Amino acid sequence: MDPALQPQTHVHAPPQGFIRKYVFSLDHKMIGKQYYGLALVSVFIGMILSWLMRLHLVWPNTKIPGLEAIAKTGAPGGVVTPEFYLSLLTMHGTLMVFFVLTNAPFAGFGNYFLPIQIGAEDMAFPRFNMMSFWVTFIAFVALIAAFFIPDGPPISGWTAYAPLSAIGKDAGPGLGWGQNLWAISIAIFCVGQLLGSLNFIATTLDLRAKGMTFMRMPISTWAWFLTSCIGLLAFAVLLPACLLLILDRMAGTSFFIPSGLVVSDRLQNHAGGSPLLWQHLFWFFGHPEVYIAILPAIGIVSHVLITSMRKPLLSAKVIIYSMMSIGFLSWMVWGHHMFVSGMNPMSSLLFSFPTLTITIPATIITLIWLGSLYGANIQINSASLFALGFISMFVSGGVSGFFLAQPSIDIYLHATYFVVGHFHMVMGVAAIFGILSGTYFWFPKMTGRMMNETLGQLHFWLTFVGTYCIFMPFHYLGLVGNVRRYSSFVDDFMPALMPLHKFITIAALLTGAAQLIFLYNLIYSRFRGKPAPENPWNGTSLEWSVPSPPPWNNFGGAHPVVYHDPYQYGVKGQSGDYVMQTSPEKIPSE
Amino acid sequence: MSAAYPPINPPLPSSGAASRSAKSGVWVAMFAITMTFAAFTSAMFVRQGSADWIHIAAPPILFANTVLLLLSSFTLEFARRAVRAKTQPLSAAELRTPRIAVSFTLLLGLAFIAGQYLAWRQLAAQGFFLASNPNSSFFYVFTGVHALHVLGGLAALVLLSFRIFQRNPRLAALPGVSLYWHFMCALWLYLLFIICTRL
Repeated sequence: MDPALQPQTHVHAPPQGFIRKYVFSLDHKMIGKQYYGLALVSVFIGMILSWLMRLHLVWPNTKIPGLEAIAKTGAPGGVVTPEFYLSLLTMHGTLMVFFVLTNAPFAGFGNYFLPIQIGAEDMAFPRFNMMSFWVTFIAFVALIAAFFIPDGPPISGWTAYAPLSAIGKDAGPGLGWGQNLWAISIAIFCVGQLLGSLNFIATTLDLRAKGMTFMRMPISTWAWFLTSCIGLLAFAVLLPACLLLILDRMAGTSFFIPSGLVVSDRLQNHAGGSPLLWQHLFWFFGHPEVYIAILPAIGIVSHVLITSMRKPLLSAKVIIYSMMSIGFLSWMVWGHHMFVSGMNPMSSLLFSFPTLTITIPATIITLIWLGSLYGANIQINSASLFALGFISMFVSGGVSGFFLAQPSIDIYLHATYFVVGHFHMVMGVAAIFGILSGTYFWFPKMTGRMMNETLGQLHFWLTFVGTYCIFMPFHYLGLVGNVRRYSSFVDDFMPALMPLHKFITIAALLTGAAQLIFLYNLIYSRFRGKPAPENPWNGTSLEWSVPSPPPWNNFGGAHPVVYHDPYQYGVKGQSGDYVMQTSPEKIPSE
Repeated sequence: MSAAYPPINPPLPSSGAASRSAKSGVWVAMFAITMTFAAFTSAMFVRQGSADWIHIAAPPILFANTVLLLLSSFTLEFARRAVRAKTQPLSAAELRTPRIAVSFTLLLGLAFIAGQYLAWRQLAAQGFFLASNPNSSFFYVFTGVHALHVLGGLAALVLLSFRIFQRNPRLAALPGVSLYWHFMCALWLYLLFIICTRL
């Protein structure tokens, strides 16, 4: 192997000392773990917030011990007020969408495995990479700080619709400094994601090992690469939108605030702005954001499934092309979030068509998975179970998208629990299943230890059944007209729905509690798990050709050479039914 | 299996690869910055529909600033070409032209920022502040965000000038920096057009 074949830009020295190794690390693997850790903290906070919301919905007078210490005005005596319910809702959405669904599958796993899977020693710009995490961390601190200011967190939802989000404290609790912190946090978050995306793209373009052509990249790498292309353009639009929002709030400009607005009996000192402008800018980012969450999960699930099936997919290439078309179409559909916003009804039709078109590549991907599973002798373990669970969630949640994509039906279903059920399944839970599948799959590589299988499978079944119990009934609630964002239900038809709401709350509490099994497994296995071999799943891609965990420069200073397509399973290789990408042996079928 | 990759120490750094990465990084950043200004521009088109849209005359100093920025783009390109033609490491005589050219670029860039600051002062003297009317809001946003990006370029130029005055300087970043600087120049021409015709 000629070491001069593939020059690398990686020149930073092995880290010395605690700070450089674990805190301000330049190593993409440590940065990936930091992102994952931040997502883990965020997901548990977000989950607790959802518990508080569910409890308030069905037992509004429940006293929650200790809550008053965090929210004096929001929860006097530990009882959540209707306004604080909206704060919980805002913070739950913001934490989950930005700090979990963007951080874990994309920034977390992507940082750790993209360079290894393409045979690079590190990212193209390790310093930018470090900055991207710490900038994200500052954004997290700024957001969480909103809980600890007298004003409390904002009540405008994770979409921060103007003018509610733009006019300041007149509009309600949390809309003073709480909303300021939100806008500043999200603006900072955008900077972090832009730095990260830039790194991912430059790394994929420039640092691939010899022989690693684009079509030889694993599907997961493709997914991270495409996601970074989407993220680069999407966050570049959210950042200016947040800047304009901050200027409206703090500098007195009127980008989003219309003339003659009277709030809390006070005429607002703004004129001529357009609240719809915020919605356009926000959703121009917001819809691609859905794919920023789901594409990496699609990549991870494909990667895990192929390894578990021990045979190639019907067509890995078509999955990649479908992901590309999803990425492309994601830019033309933002208006489907705005069918009832007062936008021209003709444009609703224009947005409806590409929205329905997106179902074609999504269906192709699903059919390729299902077709490949047909007759496959799949190895059942925690990772493959969560991958299969992902397909189930993706289909169940995706099917309701057909209804919502049509303006005539959406007018009825808009802002009901139907929408909440839809996006929680197809974007939230599905992406979480992708993250969990990736965690069980790559944990041995990341830590050098195996996770406990029994606990993993128990975790899967409880989570799988639990999430269906929570989110399937949402669709029914929405169909009968149950509106979202309301903190209590006082209409005449509501009492009949309360038993179902109680069932959902109990399911949410239990499913959330089941995540403690995962947390225990994660922490226990990290220190006491069975030592992992280099290639526990007999995988073929480059991450399985290095020790577990990989050394600081991944390949020990050498430059790997790639000889094959990523998924050579079901062949007669030297080490079994597979041939690794780095193995020079000949494969008759190639 | 880990023995498949025998350690080779130290790894071979290559200025060719570093320069390529810096350049791809700048290309990628250019897409993002274009997107940001496209978002601002479309916001401006939407906001224009309101009745309070009042034309403001662009401060004439903007045109002088434009000349400064264009000149700086030329001087940096001069430096890039002077370095590109030579095999590294460069001798002291070969470094003379790029050293002067980079220094001039830095000065012209600083002068541009100072000029933009004067433009804001002129506008403020006429009573147009950030929140005065939508046109002045967009003026400050366009020029302010552009100036922030130029300051980023200036920071890179400062680092580059530190390097270029060393003996046997590593100049791998030069093509990337000059690409970014030209882009800042082109972006400014676009913004000037928007400011003159729309605001």
